[in-house]
Amino acid sequence: MRAGIRTATDGLATGLAVLSTVLVVAPLVAIFVYLIFKGVSSLNLDFFTQVPKPEGVSGGGMANAIAGSAVLLGLASLIGVPIGISGGIFLAEFGRGTKLANAVRFTADVLNGVPSIVMGIAVYSLIVYRQKHFSALSGGVALGIMMIPTVTRTTEEMLLMVPHAVREAALALGVPNWRSVLSITVRTASPGIITGCMLAFARVAGETAPLIFTALGNSNWSANLNQPISALPLEIYRYALSPYEDQHRLAWAGALVLIVLIVVAVSLVRYVTSRGVLKGAS
Amino acid sequence: MGVGIEVVNLNAWYAANHTLQDINLNIPANHATALIGPSGCGKSTFVRCLNRMHETNPIARVTGTVRIGDLDIYNDAKPVEIRRRVGMVFQRPNPFPTMSIYDNVAAGLKLNGYSNRRVLDEIVERSLKDSALWDEVKDDLKKKSGASLSGGQQQRLCIARALAVDPEVLLMDEPASALDPVSTSKIEDLIFQLKSQYTIVIVTHNMQQAARVAEKTGFFLNGRMVEFDSTHKIFTNPSDKRTEDYITGRFG
Repeated sequence: MRAGIRTATDGLATGLAVLSTVLVVAPLVAIFVYLIFKGVSSLNLDFFTQVPKPEGVSGGGMANAIAGSAVLLGLASLIGVPIGISGGIFLAEFGRGTKLANAVRFTADVLNGVPSIVMGIAVYSLIVYRQKHFSALSGGVALGIMMIPTVTRTTEEMLLMVPHAVREAALALGVPNWRSVLSITVRTASPGIITGCMLAFARVAGETAPLIFTALGNSNWSANLNQPISALPLEIYRYALSPYEDQHRLAWAGALVLIVLIVVAVSLVRYVTSRGVLKGAS
Repeated sequence: MGVGIEVVNLNAWYAANHTLQDINLNIPANHATALIGPSGCGKSTFVRCLNRMHETNPIARVTGTVRIGDLDIYNDAKPVEIRRRVGMVFQRPNPFPTMSIYDNVAAGLKLNGYSNRRVLDEIVERSLKDSALWDEVKDDLKKKSGASLSGGQQQRLCIARALAVDPEVLLMDEPASALDPVSTSKIEDLIFQLKSQYTIVIVTHNMQQAARVAEKTGFFLNGRMVEFDSTHKIFTNPSDKRTEDYITGRFG
C-alpha cells in the first residue's frame, strides 16, 4: 500500500518535470518551425548576396544587413566583453565587501533593467547628437553597454563558485594574489564566463530599439563606422511594417537567418573553447 | 634540505576569537613532527601561521615570532616568498581542475614566471617520482585533468605540486583524512621518505598515524600547546594528565 503511494508520487513528480520541460522548449520549437515555414521559401542566393531593392520592386536581399549585424555585434562584443569581465573580476575578487563593489553591483543591476529604447536615446544624445550624424559606431556602443551588466554579473557569480580550496592552493604555492586570480580563478570559471558572454551576445543580437536611434539602417553596403549601417533586426522591423507582401516574406526570412546566425555563433564559440578542455576536467 | 622552525610567543585570532595562545616550540629540521589534539584546538591555525596563510582571511590576526631557518617570516619577508619556501598540503585534495596533471605540478613555477621547458619537464618528473605518482600518470601527463584522478592520487598530485617549488618545509594539514586506508598508507610511506629532504609538520586526528610517521609530537588543547616531546614519550609516558586522557581516549 505504502509502496503504491510512493510509486504514484514518483510518477506524478516525474510527469510534472517532463511537462515543465515541454512547456519550456515548446515556444522555442514553435517559433523556429513557424519561421522556417514562413521564411524558408524566400531564402535564395540573392538573399545573401543582394542589397534591398527599392520599395515595390520585388527581389533583393539582406546581404548588407547580415554584414552590418556582424559589424555591430563585433563592436558591441569588443566593448561589452572586456569591460564586463573586468567588472565581474573586480566584484568577485578585488572589491568584495567594499562600498564601491556594492555600488557597482547595484548600478549593473539597474543598467540591466533599463529599457533598450532608453539605451538608444542615451547613446543618441551622447554620440549621435554631438557628431550630428547616425553611425555604426554609436550602434555598437549602445549594444556594447547593454552587454556589460549581463557579462559582469555572470562573471561575478561564476568566480564566486570557484571553491575556496582552489584559491588557497594557488596562494600556498607562493603565487601573488593578482596572478592567482587571473591564471587560476578566472581560468577555472571560464566555461561559465563564456556562457555569460554568449547570453549577452544573443540578447543584443536581436535588439532593434537601440539601433533605431544610433545605427539607423542603410539600404546599401557600408563598411564605414562613421556612417549609418544596416542590421538584421532593423530590416526585419522595416519590412514587417511595409505594405508589400513580398517584403513581409523577406522579413520572415530575415528573422530565420538572424536566429540561425545566433545559434551558429554561439555553437562556434562553444566548440572552439571546448577543444582545449582535458579529459576529466570539471 | 629542510630547516628547523622556531616559534616564540605565537598568538593568533579570528576576529575576537583567540585561537592560539602563547605557543612556543622548536621543530627540528629533516624530521616529521606531528600535531594532535581534538577538533578546534588550533592545530590547523598553527600550521597556517607557519606559511602566513592564516592572514589571508581578512578577520585573522597574528602576533609573535616564527623563524624558518634564519628567516624571521613575519618581519623579514613577504608572504609570497615564505610560501615558496614552506609548501602546504591541505585536508581535501585540491588540484587545479582545469589544468592537466603536468600543469598542476608545474603551476607553482609557471605562475611565478618560470618557463624553461626542459627544466620544467625534469622538475615535473622528479616531483611526481618523489610523490610516488609517476608510474600511475606518466602516460597521461598532458592529456588528463588533475581532477580526473582518484582521491588518493589527487592528494599525491598536490604533494608533487608542493614539492616542485623546492620548499624547505612541508606542512600537511590532515593530508589523509579524506582518503581510504590504502591511499593513507601510501601517503604515510611518502612522509617517511620525504623527511630526509624536508622538514615535515603534519596535523592529524589519527594517533596511530602520528606514532607511525613522526619523531616528535605536540599535543594541542583549547588553543594552547599542552605538551611537546618525542613521539615515543607522548604515547607511552606523557608528562601532562590532559595528554594522557586524550591519547587513552578518555575525551576528544
